[in-house]
Amino acid sequence: MLFSENFKIAIRALRANKLRAALTMLGIMIGVATVVALLSVGNGATANITSSIQSNGSNLLTVSPGKQQSGPPGSGGSQQASYLYYSDYQLLQRSLVNNVAAIVPTYQSSYLVKYGNESFSVNVTGVTKDYQETNSYKMANGRFISDGDNTSQSRVAVLGSQTAEDLFGSLNPIGKTISVNGVKFEVAGVLESKGSSGFGSSDEAVFIPLETGYNKLFGSTATHNDKKIVNRISVSVTTTEAMDTVSAQIEFLIRRSHKLAASDELDFNVLSQSDLLSTLTSVTQTLTVFLGAIAGISLLVGGIGIMNIMLVSVTERTKEIGLRKAVGATKNQILTQFLIETVTLSLLGGILGILLGVGIALAFSVSGLISSVLTADSILLAFTFALAIGVFFGLYPASRAANLHPMVALRYE
Amino acid sequence: MIQTEDLMKVYQMGDSEVRALDGASFTIEKGEMVAIMGPSGSGKSTLMSIIGCLDVPTSGKYILDGLSVENMDEAKLAETRGRKIGFVFQQFNLLARTSALENVMLPLTYAGVSGRERTDRAMKALERVGLSKRTHHAPNELSGGQQQRVAIARALVNEPAILLADEPTGALDSKTSVEIMDLFQKLHSENGQTVILVTHDSYVARHTNRIIKLSDGRIVSDEINPNPIKAGAPRVEA
Repeated sequence: MLFSENFKIAIRALRANKLRAALTMLGIMIGVATVVALLSVGNGATANITSSIQSNGSNLLTVSPGKQQSGPPGSGGSQQASYLYYSDYQLLQRSLVNNVAAIVPTYQSSYLVKYGNESFSVNVTGVTKDYQETNSYKMANGRFISDGDNTSQSRVAVLGSQTAEDLFGSLNPIGKTISVNGVKFEVAGVLESKGSSGFGSSDEAVFIPLETGYNKLFGSTATHNDKKIVNRISVSVTTTEAMDTVSAQIEFLIRRSHKLAASDELDFNVLSQSDLLSTLTSVTQTLTVFLGAIAGISLLVGGIGIMNIMLVSVTERTKEIGLRKAVGATKNQILTQFLIETVTLSLLGGILGILLGVGIALAFSVSGLISSVLTADSILLAFTFALAIGVFFGLYPASRAANLHPMVALRYE
Repeated sequence: MIQTEDLMKVYQMGDSEVRALDGASFTIEKGEMVAIMGPSGSGKSTLMSIIGCLDVPTSGKYILDGLSVENMDEAKLAETRGRKIGFVFQQFNLLARTSALENVMLPLTYAGVSGRERTDRAMKALERVGLSKRTHHAPNELSGGQQQRVAIARALVNEPAILLADEPTGALDSKTSVEIMDLFQKLHSENGQTVILVTHDSYVARHTNRIIKLSDGRIVSDEINPNPIKAGAPRVEA
C-alpha cells in the first residue's frame, strides 16, 4: 500500500474532527513557536554582545584589578580587594613604547546628575582624550575631553546620547551647566548613540577629565593608601599580531610594580576583546540552551496532548480498525496509518509553530524590545523536534490500534 | 473449497475454560450456498471468525481454497482474508464520510491494486449490486438496503472464494431483506459464487441449499435444503 494512500486516509480522519485536530495541533504549535522564539532571543543576545564588543575595536587589551577568573571581568575579585593604581598607568605609559597606539586609564562611579528639575543617578567616568578613539565613540555635538582639560583640571563633561536627552530633552546641552553630586560641570559635547550593549546602555553615561575627577569629584573613594586608583586601563594595540607580546609586557610590568613574587597569582588581569568575547558568548550560549530547554518542556506537553487525542481516536474508531483488518489490512498497515496521522498533526503544528515563532521573533526585533536573531539551525531543530514528538507519542496509540483483535474490534460497540 | 477437521476453539475465562467450538468438521464445496445456524452462544460467531481467517483455531485443521490456515501468522492471515474472503456484516460497517466507490475500493487498496484498475473493478462491483448510479454518495446519503449493497460490492470486489455474511438482513426491514436475499441468490446462481450465511433466523437460512446447525460448539445437523425459498419480490432498481 502506497504512502500517499495512507496520507489521504490520515487527512480524511483529521478533517472529520477539525476542531479536535486544530486544538491538538495548537499544543505542538505553541511548543515549536516557543522554541523558535526563545532560541532567537538567545542568539540575539549573543549577537548583540559580540557586536558591542567588536565595536570597541578588536585590538584592545583591558587591564582590570582582581584575580584571573572565568566569569565576566569586574564581577569577581571581591574576596580579596586588589587595586590598579594611577601609577600603574603612568608606568605603562612610560615603558610601553612599541606597538601601542593609546593607553587610557578610567575611574568610574555612580553619581546624582542634575539639570533644572531633572535629576537621576548615572555612571560618571573619568577619562583621558584617547578614550573616544579606543572605544569608538563619535561626537554628535561639541567636542570630547582634551588633554588640556586634564592638565588644567577643567570642569567639563561629555554626555552620552541618552543622558543628554534625559537631562535636556530637545534643548541643546552644549555650554549648559549640570551638577554632578553637587559639583558644577559645563557640557562640552554630546556623543552619538552606540545602541545598547549586553550590559545596560553605553549611551547612558557622563564623561569628565580624569584629573578633574580625582581632585574635585571622586574624593577619598578613588584612593588607596594615598595612591590614586583606576578601575581599568585600556591599551589599544596597533596590530592583532602584537596583542600577545603587549599583553605579556603589561603582565610583567604590573607584576613587578605590585611586588608580586614569581609564585604569586596575579592580582589583576589582562583581557583581550577576544577573551571577553569567548567568556560572554559561553554565558549567552548557556542561556540559549536554558531557554530552549524550557521551550522543549512545552513541546513535550503538546506531544502528550497528541497521544491523548490519538488514544481517544483509536477507541472511537475501533470498528473501523476491525473492518480494515477484515478486508485485508495487516498490523503494520494499521500501525502506519495511525502513525502518519500523528506525524501529520505534529508536522502541521510544527510548521505553523515555526511561522508563529518567526513572527514573534520578528516582532521582538521590530519593536526593539529584545533583539532576536533567527537561525536556520533553530528552525531545523524545532522542526525535527516536532517530527520526533509525532513519532514518539504516536507509536503507542498506533500500536494499540494495530494490535486490536479483528473480531473483537468488529463487535465493539 | 472449505475443509475443516475437528475445529476447537477454547477461551480461558478466569479459572474456567469455555469451549466455543468443540470439534466441528465439515466440507463446503465451491459454488455452494450454505447457512450456518444456531442460537447465540452456539459458537457460530467463533466458527465464522475462523472460516473468515479473523482468528485461528486452538486445534484442528482448516483448509481454505487449498491453503492451510491454522498455522498462518498475522500478516499471512490478513492477506488471505483480503484475497479469499468477502465479508458482509449486519451493521454494514461502511466508512463514514467516504463515498460508496471509495468504500468498495478499500480491499483493493490493501491488496495493492491502485490507479485505474482499482476504480474500474470497484465500479464493476457496484454495477453487480445495482448501484452504478450511487457511486459518489456517502453512506449517510444511502438507505439501509443501499448501504448493504455497497457492503456486498466491497465484499465482491476482490473476487473472493467465499462471500461470508454475518446476519446480513439483521438491520433491515422485511422488504429490503428480501431484496438483499435475492441479491445473494442471484450472485450464487448466476456467478457460481460460494456464499456462507451466518444467522440465527431460520427463515433467512431457508433461502440456502444447505443448513448447518450448531449448538454448544458442535454441529448438530447438516442437511440439504431441497426447496430453498426464492426471494420472490420483483427486482426494484435501487
